[in-house]
Amino acid sequence: MSIAKILGIETEYGIISNGIESSPITASSLLINSYVSRFDASIGWDFEAEMPGSDARGFSLDEVFPPDIEVSMVNTVLTNGARYYVDHAHPEISTPECRFASEAVLFDRAGEEIVRQSMVAAKKVLPDGAELVAYKNNSDGKGNSYGCHENYLLSRHIPFGELASLITPHFVTRQVFCGAGKVGNEFEGMPHNSVAYQISQRADFFEEEIGLETTLKRPIINTRDEPHCDPSKYRRLHVIVGDANMSEVATFLKLGTTAILLAMIEDEQLDASLMLATPVSAIRQISHDPTLRQKVLLNSGKMMTALEVQEGLCEQAERYATKFGLESVGNDEGKLILHRWREVIEGLKENPESQSHIVDWVAKKRIIDGMSKRHDLRVGDPRLKTVDLQYHDMRPEKCLATRAGLETMVDAASVAQAIDNPPETTRAYFRGMCLKKWPKDVVAANWDSIVFDIGRDPLKRLPMMEPLKGTRSLTEDLINRCATPAELVAALGDEITNSNFKPSN
Amino acid sequence: MAERAQKKKTNPERVKDEAQVETKVEPKGEKLIAELDDLLDEIDEVLESNAEDFVKSYVQKGGE
Repeated sequence: MSIAKILGIETEYGIISNGIESSPITASSLLINSYVSRFDASIGWDFEAEMPGSDARGFSLDEVFPPDIEVSMVNTVLTNGARYYVDHAHPEISTPECRFASEAVLFDRAGEEIVRQSMVAAKKVLPDGAELVAYKNNSDGKGNSYGCHENYLLSRHIPFGELASLITPHFVTRQVFCGAGKVGNEFEGMPHNSVAYQISQRADFFEEEIGLETTLKRPIINTRDEPHCDPSKYRRLHVIVGDANMSEVATFLKLGTTAILLAMIEDEQLDASLMLATPVSAIRQISHDPTLRQKVLLNSGKMMTALEVQEGLCEQAERYATKFGLESVGNDEGKLILHRWREVIEGLKENPESQSHIVDWVAKKRIIDGMSKRHDLRVGDPRLKTVDLQYHDMRPEKCLATRAGLETMVDAASVAQAIDNPPETTRAYFRGMCLKKWPKDVVAANWDSIVFDIGRDPLKRLPMMEPLKGTRSLTEDLINRCATPAELVAALGDEITNSNFKPSN
Repeated sequence: MAERAQKKKTNPERVKDEAQVETKVEPKGEKLIAELDDLLDEIDEVLESNAEDFVKSYVQKGGE
């Protein structure tokens, strides 16, 4: 049977400095530091077990790859279990591991609020009139793209090649409901205005079907094999092909439908009938046609639209649910995912505009078309690109997405709660609660370990190789009954190891 | 502003009239057009005033 689909989202934000000269790296560091400096102690990231160069196909590029991340740059763990850091030239926030897609939506929204609060905090330390502004999008319109990555827990026994081929049709066609929309074209060699408006922010940047890269020759399937948990039992599918969504329902569907299809692959219930002949060109062709009429070639020789492929996947998922249930994504939530998936497909088929309350590219297109008509704007007018960028603006007074009439799934009180408190259903609970209770004694943490200072050498490291251990029901009593980290370490006995972590500050 | 208020006022009558003749699609369409007008009014107010400079200066290098 398929395993629990633990999942999470990493969002890289675009960033600009207004009224002050600053490199994007400095701006990103300042943004994050402004936020974390309000806490008593900032928690370092423990790099001991990171291997971003490790490939799921069985070889390692660690020796030839430059260090992926500058260790000395800002990199911290928050009490909600999230990681907040500078990735190259962007602020990035990774949600804590979540048990359900709806939880990940909540923590993605909490991430937005954390970025907003960071912008407010940064403004206070900057000179009058200067500000840092973050954008939850994936491209600057000039050929530079940055990612919104998803992660899903999978059983190690699935052959990676088979997994990659079977999930690819979804990654190519799901953009019809989770594309964030973009003005213009950034496919190398084609003029910017040759496409007035397209479905996806990211489709122009994919050049390979499968590979390890994330910044050059981007592949639809990323092969990074870094499970951040027991590698003999699990793998983590690292998905780099998606857009960052402003619509909560779109985020929910993006995660939920993908999780169900992955569970089906684990149970050998997704067939190969929808595999595409040329996925790399298909993802772009589909994106470049907002009428949704573009057909793409399947391995079977058939031609299908992206919506027809989605219908086929959804039908298989409905049959799977009847036969196997949806425990791996949560039964009730699984039903909701299937219902909303079917609904959005039917709605888009009937009339794409009817989905402007759910689908980002439709919501944005409605504004673009309206503006064009009202002000008689032609293709290439900078006001249209301004609408595109400002749709994702994190300043409440400027953001267009929050004005576009999008349906919401989470309320403000839950988001406020999720800024400081972890989800209760994964090991993120234990990580977050330890940080809350002992902010000065947790010297570092990462996805699969926590390092404690117990008042004497050496530092103590707790490995957390099981994502479903460390939940509230399993660890609340333990945390409550230990007054100090030394007591906690003593209570955990054999699970603890010594740590070589060296604090950088 | 006056124009916007007027549109809102006339809208429910249109919805009612057409609902008797047509199925659900048409009146919903009318409502959406009125909503879009309001949305565009608001966007005209908050859109970056110098679009050309704004688009030009929005450059993001490095990532992932």
